[in-house]
Amino acid sequence: MGQIEKFPQPHPRAPRAMDADAQKLVVIGNGMAAGRLLEEFFARNSTPTNVTLFGAEPRVNYNRIMLSPVLSGEKKFDDIIIHDDAWYAAQNIDLRRGEAVVAIDRAKKCVETASGESVAYDRLVIATGSMPFIIPVPGANLPGVVSFRDLDDVQKMHEACAKGGHAVVIGGGLLGLEAAAGLALKGMKVSVVHLMPHLMERQLDSSAGYLLKNAIAARGIEVFTEANTDAILGETHVTGVRLKDGRVLPADLVVMAVGIRPNATLAKAAGLETNRGVIVDDFMRTSDENIFAVGECVEHRGQTFGLVAPLYDMAKILAAELAGEKPAGFTPAATSTKLKVTGIDLFSVGDFSDDDVNNEVVLRDPARGIYKRVILRDEKVVGAVLYGDTNDGAWYFDLLKKGENVSAIRDTLIFGQAYQGGSTLDPTAAVAALPDDAEICGCNGVNKGAIVSAIQSGLTTLDEVRAATKASASCGQCAGKVELLLAATLGEAFKGASRKHMCKCTDLTHEEVRGFIRDKQLKSLPAVMQELGWKSSGGCPSCQPALNYYLVAQWPGEYRDDYQARFINERVHANIQKDGTYSVVPRMWGGMTTPDELRAIADVADRFAIPAVKVTGGQRIDLLGVKKQDLPAVWASLNAAGMVSGFAYAKGLRTVKTCVGKEWCRFGTQDSTGLGIKLEKLMCGSWTPAKVKLAVSGCPRNCAEATVKDIGVICVDSGFDIHVSGAAGLHVRATDLLGHVDKEEEALEYCAAILQAYREEGAYLDRLFKWVDKFGLERLRKLIFEDHAARKALYERFLISQRAARKDPWAERVAGKDMHEFMPLSVLGAKTAKVAAE
Amino acid sequence: MEEKFWFDVGPVSAVPLRGARTVRTPSREIAVFRTASNEIFALENRCPHKGGPLSEGIVHGRKVACPLHNWIINLEDGEATGADHGCAKKFPTKIERGHIYIDMGVLAPA
Ligand code: SRM
Ligand SMILES: Cc1cc2nc3c(=O)[nH]c(=O)nc-3n(C[C@H](O)[C@H](O)[C@H](O)COP(=O)(O)OP(=O)(O)OC[C@H]3O[C@@H](n4cnc5c(N)ncnc54)[C@H](O)[C@@H]3O)c2cc1C
Ligand code: SF4
Ligand code: FES
Repeated sequence: MGQIEKFPQPHPRAPRAMDADAQKLVVIGNGMAAGRLLEEFFARNSTPTNVTLFGAEPRVNYNRIMLSPVLSGEKKFDDIIIHDDAWYAAQNIDLRRGEAVVAIDRAKKCVETASGESVAYDRLVIATGSMPFIIPVPGANLPGVVSFRDLDDVQKMHEACAKGGHAVVIGGGLLGLEAAAGLALKGMKVSVVHLMPHLMERQLDSSAGYLLKNAIAARGIEVFTEANTDAILGETHVTGVRLKDGRVLPADLVVMAVGIRPNATLAKAAGLETNRGVIVDDFMRTSDENIFAVGECVEHRGQTFGLVAPLYDMAKILAAELAGEKPAGFTPAATSTKLKVTGIDLFSVGDFSDDDVNNEVVLRDPARGIYKRVILRDEKVVGAVLYGDTNDGAWYFDLLKKGENVSAIRDTLIFGQAYQGGSTLDPTAAVAALPDDAEICGCNGVNKGAIVSAIQSGLTTLDEVRAATKASASCGQCAGKVELLLAATLGEAFKGASRKHMCKCTDLTHEEVRGFIRDKQLKSLPAVMQELGWKSSGGCPSCQPALNYYLVAQWPGEYRDDYQARFINERVHANIQKDGTYSVVPRMWGGMTTPDELRAIADVADRFAIPAVKVTGGQRIDLLGVKKQDLPAVWASLNAAGMVSGFAYAKGLRTVKTCVGKEWCRFGTQDSTGLGIKLEKLMCGSWTPAKVKLAVSGCPRNCAEATVKDIGVICVDSGFDIHVSGAAGLHVRATDLLGHVDKEEEALEYCAAILQAYREEGAYLDRLFKWVDKFGLERLRKLIFEDHAARKALYERFLISQRAARKDPWAERVAGKDMHEFMPLSVLGAKTAKVAAE
Repeated sequence: MEEKFWFDVGPVSAVPLRGARTVRTPSREIAVFRTASNEIFALENRCPHKGGPLSEGIVHGRKVACPLHNWIINLEDGEATGADHGCAKKFPTKIERGHIYIDMGVLAPA
């Protein structure tokens, strides 16, 4: 595939005219840093110098950055040459292409080449760049596995593209994505395997990562995040990539783009001071005063480099130093990132870590796929992430570099440089001042005039305006603006307070967010936040767990629970106590227990010296004061006796209280204990908006207190009365009778359907009675007792979601899940700690 | 002199993103946090309010919410934020070759 390289192999070298008195400068490596160094050097050169330049690659200096467009075919090698042969001739540089240096002899002050020649230097520059990191998995050295570093790699990829087939790119960073996009343009079927939860996590936050993933997917590239490579498969050539979870991706080509390592081998062998890279001072001098290093091979004050901007700064300083000037020392500046994939606009610079709403300004335009975030600290810009519209990247970068105080422009900062100087109006006045043809809802193209005239025709609520005009019906982001228009148009008559925004990150209500998650098929936190125009980058402690629940409830089995967004109790499946110990409450189905279970509980209490054992108000036993590290062993013992987690910590099903019922009681009408056990077995493990408690009483004397439970069943001669909306906590509230069924199977189905309706519609943290108050008792009655098809469908959906949910979390952890939760990261022994404490 | 106070406490990857792990020493427990953007911080694992285990809190941004009564503690300096006052002891950290090092020198007399 020689056509992309126009240079023939080097001619046998003609001896050059050497100035005998001149300084001898030898440079190892002809990459981007060396190229810039020589340019800078000859631009200022004073003393006559003979330069010998060794490049392991058999070609002249080229712009490595532009290998991506060469790969994709958008550019040819000719287009990216920096210095052609004529340039070297003009500077009288002795370029040795295709000749690698194999050793540095510091005593003799010369370098040795692969062909055995030795060349003397007065001063030596090491510019050997870096080496691609190859993850040490089986099969990593099979033919068909390539890295992406130089033109040879590009040629190998082009050869593979000519044959077609599947390519797997390992690594979803800058380099990996440019490789993937290029290969896709060349007709390969491409997959990207990335270890982290979102692409380019070192340069982008999760919101931008979400948009990027969509854009990459739109190019026909399949993206696997949180995917760990286990092995590369194949006998004589790669055939596939196996992931740790067992999935196998077919592959005719594998590109490893997981990172780079400074190439410090020569320096190290020569006894120079090295760590990750060749250690240099502020003037690029190594531990040997005649030897310098520049580019990606260096380590400067603990830092290594992977982008050209700082390398160019180094080159300039070193050139000045070599020319005998006294330059100011090197200080690495912030660097910005762009992705060179046609049609994808992203920009990031600086620190983008803090997702605290007070330290950031966020602007999202879901309809146009735009996300902008500027991160502030002490009123200064410290970082920016822009996706979709990067025009202001340079401006933010400039504000960052200058460290300007931006408090005066904070409110308009996010709109970009063009907006600066305009005055900030109060929001109602700003909306009122808009012309009639100003677009309010970008998704549905509804302008202000249309909305105002709809309001003037008699509409008074956001819902009505949405139904009539479609404004805010698609992503909901303009809901706030529509409300402002209602306020401006109706004045006093507008009762805006009836709408409660979910949190300060959005103007939408819980119910609206749930609706959008369902209708727009949003399946991850970043998807919800971007498509619904969240005002923060990562949500806040109040919306994170709520959204997590909505996604769990909406996409059972598909959505992966965001474990870290859960409160400690739900994370470790036990309740934290005031001294940092935990309580453990096993299920006692319907309040029934056996001598064996009681013995097992007693044994566990003894064995782990559990200080307190208590009967709870929910008909079961609480073991209090368990140490965290003992939890797995405590659970294992309880599991062994047939007991499982009672979910005493969960926003989910807690207890089903029962009375003895017909089996024993002289008044009992039905088997209330049996029904309670069946209900508990049916519903256990289910996540709900808030905790859920049930009870079944055998007769209207109601010894199980069913009339203060979320769902209560009272058995009567003719069957079962089903009650809802009781509570006995912060609010005490007796239940309402919803209806009557004759048979036990019906009681189970109806109760589960009620629970599912609550799961699907309830706002996070609303107990069941609060939801019914909003939903309407009559409406619920019709849904459950009259619309038989709807009830059956609810019941079906409940069963489906229970398939994913009904696992014993204790058994899972005893088997090893989340084991890190229960073990310290490390224990520093008395000896080591003594050193530290003294 | 300086060097001996840095202790390797384990790989970065062993701490969950937006999570924490603990390091036990004979005299105290240290919570090692990892933020969404892969930064590492270490604080004594005692909330300045009533001693709650900060390692069990929800990590958001560079802050952690104490699991007991929801005080919000700044990971950078251990200070309580907002209206609350108090400070959890901070330990300097560094990452080398994927491992977390904690500087116990802060406990040494000056
Ligand atoms: C253990 C227990 C007290 C006892 O010793 O009996 C208990 C203990 C706690 N209750 Fe309770 N409640 C217990 C029965 C009740 C009951 C009675 C019942 O279930 O029949 C109620 C009133 C009924 C109701 O919920 O409507 C009750 C109403 C509450 C409330 C108020 C809920 C509300 O919506 O108003 C809270 C606060 C909350 O959940 O936010 C609460 C919260 C708590 C917490 C979780 C407080 C906390 O966050 O740490 C306690 C944890 C204890 C632990 O470590 O296990 N507990 N709690 C009972 C455990 C029952 C079980 O077996 O699971
Ligand atoms: C595909 C791709 C896209 C990139 N995109 C960007 C981007 O958009 N923006 C950005 O800022 N950066 C980008 N980079 C990174 C950028 O190219 C590097 O930072 C830069 O090339 C490093 O320059 P260097 O001179 O230190 O090393 P290199 O350019 O790698 O040069 C080192 C040279 O030394 C030679 N060498 C090594 N050992 C010896 C030896 N013993 N004897 C003789 N020669 C030797 C090597 O063969 C190599 O030619 C990209 C990199 C790649 C691969
Ligand atoms: S009533 Fe419940 S929350 Fe209050 S102290 Fe007792 S157990 Fe704790
Ligand atoms: S102990 Fe941490 S908030 Fe009370």
